[in-house]
Amino acid sequence: MSSTGDPRTQTAAPKEGFRLSMLLYDQRYRSITIQIVFLFALMLGIAWLVDNTINNLRALGKDFSFAFLNTPAGYDINQRPIEYNSQMTHGRAALVGLLNTAILAVMACALATVLGVVAGVLRLSKNWIVARLMSVYVELFRNIPTLVWIIIFGAIMTESMPAPSAFRGDTPSANMLFNDSVAITNRGVYIPSIQFANDLGTLPLGVVAPSLNWILLLAALIAGVFANKAILKHATAVQNATGIRPKTWWKSLAVLVGPIIVLFVAFGAFLEYPELGGFNFADGTHLRNSLIAMWLGLGIYTGAFVAEIVRSGILAISKGQSEAAFALGLQPGKTMRLVILPQALRVIVPPLISQYLNITKNTSLGLAVGYMDLRSTLGGITINQTGRELEGMLLMMLVYLVVSLGISGAMNIYNNRIMLKER
Amino acid sequence: MKKTVLYGTLAASALLAGAAGAQTLEAVQSNGELSCGVSTGLAGFSAPDANGVWQGFDVAVCRAVAAAVLGDPMAVSFVSTTGQTRFSALASGEIDMLSRNTTWTLSRDVDLGNTFAGINYYDGQGFMVNRELGVGSAMELSGATVCIQTGTTTELNLADFFRVNGMEYEPVPIETNAEAQQQYLAGACDVYTTDASGLAATRASFPEPGNHAILPEIISKEPLGPAVRQGDDQWADIVRWTLNALIAAEELGVTSANIEELAAGTDNPEINRLLGSEGDLGGMLGLDSDWAVRAISAAGNYGEIFASTIGEQTPIGLARGLNAQWTQGGLLYAPPFR
Repeated sequence: MSSTGDPRTQTAAPKEGFRLSMLLYDQRYRSITIQIVFLFALMLGIAWLVDNTINNLRALGKDFSFAFLNTPAGYDINQRPIEYNSQMTHGRAALVGLLNTAILAVMACALATVLGVVAGVLRLSKNWIVARLMSVYVELFRNIPTLVWIIIFGAIMTESMPAPSAFRGDTPSANMLFNDSVAITNRGVYIPSIQFANDLGTLPLGVVAPSLNWILLLAALIAGVFANKAILKHATAVQNATGIRPKTWWKSLAVLVGPIIVLFVAFGAFLEYPELGGFNFADGTHLRNSLIAMWLGLGIYTGAFVAEIVRSGILAISKGQSEAAFALGLQPGKTMRLVILPQALRVIVPPLISQYLNITKNTSLGLAVGYMDLRSTLGGITINQTGRELEGMLLMMLVYLVVSLGISGAMNIYNNRIMLKER
Repeated sequence: MKKTVLYGTLAASALLAGAAGAQTLEAVQSNGELSCGVSTGLAGFSAPDANGVWQGFDVAVCRAVAAAVLGDPMAVSFVSTTGQTRFSALASGEIDMLSRNTTWTLSRDVDLGNTFAGINYYDGQGFMVNRELGVGSAMELSGATVCIQTGTTTELNLADFFRVNGMEYEPVPIETNAEAQQQYLAGACDVYTTDASGLAATRASFPEPGNHAILPEIISKEPLGPAVRQGDDQWADIVRWTLNALIAAEELGVTSANIEELAAGTDNPEINRLLGSEGDLGGMLGLDSDWAVRAISAAGNYGEIFASTIGEQTPIGLARGLNAQWTQGGLLYAPPFR
């Protein structure tokens, strides 16, 4: 059979010229056509938006300028991680706000992780009461909006704690805790702060000037962690070669804690206790109500979500793994720590990233309790005092975007490291 | 692709609200309702009563404008604004006028794109403390915790006052007056600072007002007045001259009781021009000739409004002070109706 009329043998496309209608009816071109049309519509939409914005700004007699960032802010900020006063610029105030956002985010992420892991593991406990208690915690916090929790914690702090004046007098109605070192008042919690008798001064970096003492301590801590890693690696190598693992705990302790203790002694570190002076407690570190309410609100609320993530991660590990571990004679605690959790991590980490991002973004609720984060400084008072809504909001969006992408990127690197290695 | 669409939609919804018409008068008349921005609740100035009807000194200005423009003092929809949202609400066209104890400053007038229509209350920033503290002067407040509404001029004055006098303080930023009141009463701050009138109004709503003292220092000038969007001069004129009509009415002895009789015509040409029985001042504003009669009938003249909302006979108990007519030693001085 050599019939060319047989449709089964006609595999080549008909040699036709390109027609305009093929853009719509030919599958090869249709998707491209749709995409190009859509792109044009999108660009038109954006152009209209920009044009509309420009026209409206002109109608209001406003220009588009970020010059306001260099003008004096004029307002004070209570929680100042870096030096700031009302004569400094709006840009500086925004930076203070950003640092406050970062402080809160780190504190809340830490609290949420600790609470979440504990609650997630305990919810799987065979102890009925413990498991049910954790269920109550998860369901209670997960199902009430975080803003409500923040306000509740703020109200508890302001309404039910004693005023600083209650600590005064010969027979005060309130007492400081822990050997007169911690005062819980309705204006926040005052804790001792670490001070150095030999102050090395600050490291001038232009915008910020961190204390040299703390930089050295941080460097010692990081160096200690790396040294400890090397020690453990060496121990593993010895164990692999000889079958006996050398005792390392005292070496680890020495490299982790030793340098820090030496530095503390060298710097003449001492604790500065909060003391009543004037209207308030002076000295010490002041953890304001706003910070505590935000920290507890965000940390405990998100902890409930983390607990569920941890629980799902553990349940994702097949039962055979724990049975195998038990067969080897591992106790339940060790089974969890050495067998289950390391495998569960790769299920846990990706959703954990989004919880960390949630916390970071939810710090912008700080305005509700007067926490001076980026939203309250740049996105709140600065916008209000300068009238630069568009610029301020765009800048704030950009900063949150960069911070979130940064966290996401860092966590993805961690995720890649703990991911199941396929060889 | 999907992402970009999302961004586009978000941006669109954010900016659509920004379109503001220039012809506010027509917009208000076609809506049949004046949208007026007020505070979130400050007794005596603007707060809803037991029936949910907004009452107060600032509210009365809104009602007078609504009466002048629409003929019905109740045709007002009130929008609560905080210190932070008020100017955005005005600029975006959400409200037609702002009557919310707002201080007239150069930057707000020029840079924020507002036009202030006059001053209805001459105020100054003061401090309130609990008498238990035994503080007699603001100069003794070093180290105090101060509750302050964010996004206000008082916030800036406070920073300046403490800095210039070399004193320390701990600001507790707060969004609304009600929240500040709660924090202050709970003792979370030693001092509450805002305009002296606001302090008096807040104190009046305390369970035991006598326990709280307003310190003698007034640290700033706070001329409060209604504001409109910049760029609509006709609307600004209407609000400005409605306020002037209330002030002039008090000076000329026109009250809500005698206005009907006076509107028929009097010997005083100024009253006749104000009330429209002579000349056509209303027409110049784009309104009819009875506009001022309706504005004054709404809640009375300036003095009557003051007396019934924040005056000495009310729980707020403010004296006229600077807010008396210029003939009585105050600062109120309406330009002539001519």
